[in-house]
Amino acid sequence: MSSRRSRSRQSEAVSGISDDQIADLVSKLQRLIPEIRNRRSDKASASKVLQETCNYIRSLHREVDDLSERLSQLLADSDSEQAAIIRSLLM
Amino acid sequence: MKNPQRSPTNPGSVRSRFTQVFLQSLLRIRKHSPASSSSSSSLGEFLKRCHRVKVAAYVSMARAAGTRRAWSRAMLWRVRHDAHRHRLLQGRCSRSSSRERSPGKKKRRTKKKKKRRDDQEHGFGNAEKLQKLVPGGEAMDFSCLLDETAHYIKCLVTQVKVMRSIADFYSL
Repeated sequence: MSSRRSRSRQSEAVSGISDDQIADLVSKLQRLIPEIRNRRSDKASASKVLQETCNYIRSLHREVDDLSERLSQLLADSDSEQAAIIRSLLM
Repeated sequence: MKNPQRSPTNPGSVRSRFTQVFLQSLLRIRKHSPASSSSSSSLGEFLKRCHRVKVAAYVSMARAAGTRRAWSRAMLWRVRHDAHRHRLLQGRCSRSSSRERSPGKKKRRTKKKKKRRDDQEHGFGNAEKLQKLVPGGEAMDFSCLLDETAHYIKCLVTQVKVMRSIADFYSL
């Protein structure tokens, strides 16, 4: 453990970022991800949080893809009345 | 007097800015898409329009997030760069048939040793995957990456919610 402490001290000296700060950021990230948040465990290892973050971002990207497909389809089909409504809302 | 620059972090205003910009982009796309009846539009046109909608969504979100965030700057830069490269290639193909080197080369960023040590301490190589997912992530150090990721996820969630409610509204 002393080697880890000396390593973190070295990184702190070089970059000014402490382990506590990193742990803070990891826990902030953890709160945003529904997978880990719902399991009601306060502690999750950093690598698990990162893994779940990657999965979550990928699933969000997939949702954006699906929604833009849907919107593109709707744009083709929509009648002009709804567009006029939206345009009037924006003015 | 509140600093107006603080408003990008307020989710309410990001959402309303995104909604406004995205709706305007959608109307523009609809205006510029070929005026054909739905049954005759080809798959190619559909895919092109789909891509345009997707890019518009990401660009609108990056604009709504503001340029204070590294990921939004990186995303706007990437879109502009890709569009520029696309136009260059199109221009070159139409003008001459001579072979030319493509202007956009993928830059390989060399990983510094210290960053890998950080990753192994905290992230065990998952940080690399995360860097690829977050725009501009490859240039960030670990703590910056975590911070930007948190904001990026918040904005992505907002984007998905707004897109879904627009789609639901349109499909009424």
